[in-house]
Formats: sequence, C-alpha cells, structure tokens
Amino acid sequence: MKFLPLVIANLFRKKIRTALTIGSFTVALFLFGLLVIVRGAFSQGVDIAGADRLVIINKTSLIQPLPLSYRDRLLRIPGIKQVTFQNWFGGVYQDEKNFFPQFAVDINNQRAMYPEFVVPEDQWKTFVEDRQGAIVGQSLAQRFGWKVGDRIPIKGTIYTGQWEFNLRGIYNGTRAQDDTTQFWFHWDFLEERRAFGKGDVGWYVVRVSNPDQSVQIAKSIDAEFANSPFETKTDTEKAFAASFVKQMGNIEFLILTVGGVVFFTLLLVTGNTMAIAVRERIGELAVLKALGFSNRFVLLLVMMESLILAFVGGGLGLLLAKLFSLHGDPTNGILPYFYLPPLAIVSGVATALLVGVAGGILPAISAMRLRVVDAIRRV
Amino acid sequence: MVKVDGSGSSSSLIHVRGLDKTYARGGEVIHVLQGLNLDVDSGDFVAFMGPSGSGKTTLLNLLGGLDVPSAGTISVAGDEITHMSASKLTAWRARHVGFIFQMYNLIPVLTAFQNVELPLLLTKLSKADRKRHVETALQVVGLADRMQHYPRQLSGGQEQRVAIARAVVSDPTFLLCDEPTGDLDRKAADEIMDLVGRLVHEFGKTVLMVTHDPAVAQRAQVTLRLEKGSLVGAPEGAGVA
Repeated sequence: MKFLPLVIANLFRKKIRTALTIGSFTVALFLFGLLVIVRGAFSQGVDIAGADRLVIINKTSLIQPLPLSYRDRLLRIPGIKQVTFQNWFGGVYQDEKNFFPQFAVDINNQRAMYPEFVVPEDQWKTFVEDRQGAIVGQSLAQRFGWKVGDRIPIKGTIYTGQWEFNLRGIYNGTRAQDDTTQFWFHWDFLEERRAFGKGDVGWYVVRVSNPDQSVQIAKSIDAEFANSPFETKTDTEKAFAASFVKQMGNIEFLILTVGGVVFFTLLLVTGNTMAIAVRERIGELAVLKALGFSNRFVLLLVMMESLILAFVGGGLGLLLAKLFSLHGDPTNGILPYFYLPPLAIVSGVATALLVGVAGGILPAISAMRLRVVDAIRRV
Repeated sequence: MVKVDGSGSSSSLIHVRGLDKTYARGGEVIHVLQGLNLDVDSGDFVAFMGPSGSGKTTLLNLLGGLDVPSAGTISVAGDEITHMSASKLTAWRARHVGFIFQMYNLIPVLTAFQNVELPLLLTKLSKADRKRHVETALQVVGLADRMQHYPRQLSGGQEQRVAIARAVVSDPTFLLCDEPTGDLDRKAADEIMDLVGRLVHEFGKTVLMVTHDPAVAQRAQVTLRLEKGSLVGAPEGAGVA
C-alpha cells in the first residue's frame, strides 16, 4: 500500500497516454460487454429451456401447421404428461417498427406448461373469462405504457384485419433471462375469426414425465405421425432453441472472432504503452534499484501499472455496458433479453487483467533485468 | 585514516584488496581497475580525481555494490560484499549506501518529500516515523519549505539537496557521490559542498566522492588520484597521516 503513490504517480506521468490506453480498454471491454449481451440474447432460449419440454413442429418447416387433432394422439403416447399448443400471430401494433411476438395460446394448459411465467390469479381469471382478453409480459407493458384494462388494437398481417384485445393481465418471469416481451391471447379467438387454417395449430409443446427419456419420446412422437400429411419433427426445447439460433448464423463464432481481434489489438496497445513507459524511465528504474529496490519490486511496479490500466479501463467499459443494458432492449424487440450477467462482468474483468499481464510482462521483465550500472550511465 | 598501500587493518570501515575490473570489448580485454588496495575509516571524506576513463566511477560502482569486481575483495563494516548474491547485495545497498549522482536522478513525478521517502519505503518504519525522518532530512539540507515541490519546480542546487536528503535519510554507513557538483554553477556547487562538509563534520558521515573539479576535491580530507585503473601518487590532503 505504501508503494501505491509511486505507481499512481507513474501512471499520471503522461496523462494523455494513460487516458488513451485506459480508453482502449474501455472501448474493448464495452464491446466485450455488448457481445456478451448479444450472445446472451440469442442463446437465452437455449440456456433457460425447460429440460422436460419437447417442441413438435411440422417436419417441413416451422411455418407449416399441424392439426389440432394431434393433441389427443399426443396425450396417448407413453411418457407424455401434458400437451399445449400455440400459433404465431404476426400482427403489427401501430407501426411495423413496434415488433413483439404475439401468440395465440391454449388457455387451458399455458400456465401449467410455463410455470416460469407468473400471472396474478385474479388477472388470469379475467383473462380466461374474456374471449378477447390478452396477457402481456412486464417489459412489453412497460415499453408501450400499457396497463390492465387497456384496449389494444393489432393489425393482422397473416390473419388480416383489425384485431382488438383487452389487456387482462401482465406476467413476469421468475428468472432474469425469462422473456417478458410476449403477447398472449386466446387460441379460440383466433380460431373463431381467422379466414383460413381452421383446426390448425402452429406447434405443440409437451411435457414428459422423465426428461431422461426425452429422446426416445421424441422418436415415438415422430414415428406416430410418420407417413401422414403432417409429419412432425420433435426436439427438446433446448435443441429447438439452439436450431433457431443457428438459423441466424454462427453467432458464437462471430463473437469469438470479433472479441479475439479486439483483445489481440488491445494486447498490442498495452504492450506498446508499457514498453514506452519503461524505456523512457530506464534511468529512474535504475535509481530505484541503486536505492535498494529489488529486481522483483521493479517487475511488480511495471506489472502493477499495467494491471491498473487494465482494471480501470476494463471496469469502466463493463460499467458502461452494464448501464447501457439497463436501458433495456434498444432493438425494439429483436433482442428481448438484453442483459449483462454478473458472471460476464467478472470474466470481463479477468480478461482485461489477463491482457494487462500479457501486455506488461515483457516490458516488466526487461525492467527487472536492467543493469543499474549500464542504465545510470545512459542518464 | 585513508591508506592505499594495503597496510590498513581489516577493521577499517571500507577494506579493499587487490581489486580488479576488466571488460571484454570486441575480443579485447580492458583493465579498468588493477590490483587496487584501499582502506577508509569511518568519518573519512575521500575524493577521487583522475582523467576520464581512469576508473573513478567504476570504483564507486564497485564500492556501492552496483557492479561486481573481476577479482579482489571489498568489505564494508565487516560485510564481504564481493560474493553476495544480487538480492542480498540489493538489500545491503539499501541499508549501507547513500548515492548522490551528478544529475540528481530524482523521480520527476514525485514531490521532494516523496523522493526523500523512497529509501524508507524499504524499511519497516511506520508512516508517521517515515514522515518524521523525511522532514528532518529536508530540514538538514535546508528545504523544509519545499517538501511538496516537484523536481521541476526546484533549481539544480535544490534538486541536489533533495538528492542528498534522500541519500542520508536512512542513515547509511557511507555516502558515494559521483560528480555531485558537475551540473551546478560555482555558487550552487559551493553550497552543496558546504552541505557535504556538514554531513562529515557534524554528523560523522563517511563520504567517498568522484570529481573532476580540484576546488571541490579540496573540500575532502584526502584526495586520491586514479590513472589507468591504479591509484597513483601518495594521498593528499589534511586527512593524510
């Protein structure tokens, strides 16, 4: 602690250089934070998928429907405990920019299938009683300033026409990652009003008794509907979410590449800064050694400077990323789960410190190996 | 009493025998110091003079444990330093040697107080004790009112005074001065030499100094001449027996 003023004084020796190096760390770690947020947003469904839920879609593609009659057949398959279904609605609220997902849901099984979404009992009751009722997630309600009792007009794009809904409840997630941007309404209401696709559902979700048998049950389901006009493709919810992410490209690879390039550049910047910092004060380091400061002390002195730059800059970048994330999804619903988890902050700081160590180690070793006699002669 | 003929006893504060320093440069061996003997007692003030390349600074570096000899031995207060490991030598330097350089070599980003405090950071003194020691040292060199000034805010003479305060603050066994007035005008040089004289006479410090300036050398009790790596002629000055 008594050496801290020496470390700090050295850092303030060249204020602009220090500020620029800290700035490099800040920008890099801010970017790191954003990449983690984006990655999290894409893979959030994968991370929080229910282990005991399977998703059944039309084998041809997700947009092809399945018959409602499959519900009873599914319930007869051994190992399946519960069945629900949903339809994608794809409507527009006021403006096309105001994207959010709308689902026509099976009100009899929705809550039991998704216990992670919590709706107050009285709100659920009024929702069930109102055929035009709707329930929205907390974030969505907040985004548009909706409150229970509001009338929400939505323009259908698949199922054309003006659709009016009464907001009867607001759900919340039990975990930070839970998607609270959805809009649910009665599947019966959709069925009643739509001009085509009657008797069809978008996909089924089933709960299995034993998650260890998920793969076998998925095979049984697909076998049950094989060689029918509506063949199925069944996956665990996790695999379904992962394949959904995959459709958007290899996000993980993209993030790793961008992150890798950024951190490598940062390493060069830090290494260069520390090398210059050591070179321009060789005489001073030699004097410290002459006064009795050990080689190890000189090594640690340089390393400390590098680590402080990394910590302050990195911390600042992560703080900015966190503050940015607190404002919520800036993409109008494309990335509903816009969150920088604490673990990412810890790993960001650790990565910054690692870059600090890697960038500072060579200059620090050269400072440590400095021969006092040679260095003082150069002063 | 300073002796150069090898007749001093091993109880001398600084006891040097058969000191050699050679460098290999491009296949050629250069003898910087050759078979040098020296005995310096506590409280002596010795000046080394000689032409450039005569080995004055090399001798000072060896005595201060900044460099290791090719042959010979150096003992200081009973410690044989020539065979110490690098880390032990570093610790020894912190305890026994105070350096005063021609270019002052203060840390520009530290205040006068912080510069003087540096050697004390290596001790176990408390913050309050360190403060007391630093203030005393700066008072001795007449810069009690410049404690919070940075080197750039001080004159050359004042900078050298801070450097002297830094050299004495941990109460080392002896001081090594390498051209302490080499970068100063005559007036400032005289003030610095007055101060060094005070350290010897009032505080009993042992000082070994390299200088080109005969006027500065005259302030020492003994002047020794180095030529081509050997001490030549007899010691001169009031301190010679």
